[in-house]
Amino acid sequence: MSAVLQNLVNQPYKHGFVTEIESDIAPKGLNEDIIQLISTKKDEPAWLLEFRLKAYEQWLKMEEPKWPNVKYPKIDFQAISYYAAPKPKKKLSSMDEVDPELLRTFEKLGVPMHERAALAGVAVDVIFDSVSVATTYKQKLAEVGIIFCSISEAVHKYPDLVKQYLGTVVPIGDNYYAALNSAVFTDGTFCFIPKGVKCPMDLSTYFRINTEESGQFERTLIIGEEGSSVSYLEGCTAPKFDTNQLHAAVVELVALDNADIKYSTVQNWYAGDENGLGGIYNFVTKRGLAKGVNSRISWTQVETGSAITWKYPSCILQGENSVGEFYSVAVTNHYQQADTGTKMVHIGKNTRSTIVSKGISAGHSNNSYRGLVRIAPTAAGARNYSQCDSMLIGDQCGAHTFPYIQVRNQQAKVEHEASTSKIGEDQLFYFAQRGIGNEEAVSMIINGFCKDVFQQLPMEFAVEATKLLEFKLEGSVG
Amino acid sequence: MIHQDSRKLLEIRGLRATVSGIEILKGIDLTVRSGEIHAIMGTNGSGKSTLAKVLAGHNAYTVTAGSVVFEGNDLLGLEPEERARAGVFLAFQYPIEIPGVSNSHFLRLAYNTVQAQRGKDELDPLEFEDFVREKMKLLDMNPDFLDRGVNEGFSGGEKKRNEILQMALLEPRLAILDETDSGLDIDALRIVTTGVNKLATRDNAIILVTHYQRMLNYIVPDYVHVMQGGRIIKTGGKELALDLETRGYDWVGAERRSAIGA
Repeated sequence: MSAVLQNLVNQPYKHGFVTEIESDIAPKGLNEDIIQLISTKKDEPAWLLEFRLKAYEQWLKMEEPKWPNVKYPKIDFQAISYYAAPKPKKKLSSMDEVDPELLRTFEKLGVPMHERAALAGVAVDVIFDSVSVATTYKQKLAEVGIIFCSISEAVHKYPDLVKQYLGTVVPIGDNYYAALNSAVFTDGTFCFIPKGVKCPMDLSTYFRINTEESGQFERTLIIGEEGSSVSYLEGCTAPKFDTNQLHAAVVELVALDNADIKYSTVQNWYAGDENGLGGIYNFVTKRGLAKGVNSRISWTQVETGSAITWKYPSCILQGENSVGEFYSVAVTNHYQQADTGTKMVHIGKNTRSTIVSKGISAGHSNNSYRGLVRIAPTAAGARNYSQCDSMLIGDQCGAHTFPYIQVRNQQAKVEHEASTSKIGEDQLFYFAQRGIGNEEAVSMIINGFCKDVFQQLPMEFAVEATKLLEFKLEGSVG
Repeated sequence: MIHQDSRKLLEIRGLRATVSGIEILKGIDLTVRSGEIHAIMGTNGSGKSTLAKVLAGHNAYTVTAGSVVFEGNDLLGLEPEERARAGVFLAFQYPIEIPGVSNSHFLRLAYNTVQAQRGKDELDPLEFEDFVREKMKLLDMNPDFLDRGVNEGFSGGEKKRNEILQMALLEPRLAILDETDSGLDIDALRIVTTGVNKLATRDNAIILVTHYQRMLNYIVPDYVHVMQGGRIIKTGGKELALDLETRGYDWVGAERRSAIGA
């Protein structure tokens, strides 16, 4: 690989800093007492403790998945602290009371809450470590009956709704990490869009892992009632650490008849340094249930961070004519490893799904697309279109595609297309010969490659994603 | 055309270059003055395309000896993009595809980069659209081409037209056309060469790298150079190209060998 290309892809992580805030950390290790402690700390109802304990019991019987195309040292789950909360000095009733240090962190990340909220009309539910610190725009949303709050708050205020849906899309024993999350999740987001309501703004949450060696287990539940629609944005950055941090989130979406849920993620967690030291392990279970007729679940993700990504945002297309979509850009550099993709499970008649996956590998990284398209015998007239494109930068990286296609209905139509390309010296030379420098050329090539996905993102997020990719892949051109 | 008040644009002296350690150019001397059209002809492997790429600064090639002066400055000390901004243009033999990047975006960025270098106004997307459409008429191009990816799924003829359109936009001082005639049918060849002729002025110069004489029926060169084994072994007027067409290349080498007593 030329020096130019090497410079371009070797940009240091720009959000590496640690905020000094006193944390209340649980002792390391996982057992029933710790789960009891989490539940007590959060003042939870008995049914939720039971949910956690059942999940823990399942988890004990399970094994870590071995099939992903990633390598990492064995995780010692007893060496992790499962609960960390900024010490509350007193109860916060307004933004002014939030720790200024914390607010400065958001400033550094480019998330000035009030301004951002006011300028962009985005409600920001801020998660800092595991406890929700502030929620804006809640009032405005409440006027149309939308509930948008932390899941801890929802457990207290709307226990019936949480109880009705929690664990229905991702059962407690679904997989190793989902079971772990169900046992120890500390906070996350709850969102409920009532019948017929079109959410008037994009809902946005910024996650940030802050306490070293504290596992982060977010839980998100979004419910769209009949005829409702919502667009939800999730963005992540994390401070720079040398110790690997485990993150195992669970996201569940439920769309009833004619409901439409769009979930967009831009992920930029610490990926480890250029030698592969440190970085976040991101083992996430995201799944949407298109339960009602004509419902739609759409996932868009831009994955740029984490040392290891293990993530398959999926759609269960149960309702007739329901639609599932997955648009993904996954960028890996240095020694990053990503095994990501989706599952589209067609159950209802005339269900349709679209998969567009763009993988970009640089450095010594390994980028795998893994996708399942399953057409059940009941899914007459189902259709799927999959497109998986890989781009290689340099000659030390890898791109892999693992498509699984299972069709059990004769009337279904499944298409799969794949391509692999390389940013080569010849492409850069072509740009240069037209006066365009290498940095701009790489940025243009990458953006062109990702266009189909970026245009699915909400406008301001698309700008952010474009910049993020430039951060990841640009550098000083000598 | 050769004219009296022409200036020296390009002066190549003793240029040697290697690729992967193999010497391809073995001492090239060539002077190009403003207003002139030079044709460089030769068999495959004679080094003519290498010369084009070395002048444009392709980093697969290493210059081992010699000098290239362009408008009074050392060209070899410049990065490829600096050479382009200084006014050296290469129409590629095999234009590169860049999927997903729209032609209009690419062309505007290239145009504005060169404009900025020349201290001239850059154009916003709307202004550029009008400007580029005007230039496209020159090459009889379909307007929908602007929305397509750069060279993505283009036919051979479309790619070559796109190269000449870029030449029209960037208004280079020195345009090097590397086998622009290859892969063109007669109609496309006529359109492309008519476009090139309109772009030739008293102030710029064109180097045509070609295998065949047929393009020279449309673009009449002032000089024809024959390359063989990494050297220019014969230089003549336009009639030399016709000789090559009827007699092939062998006699030139034979003539040279007898001249130097080899």
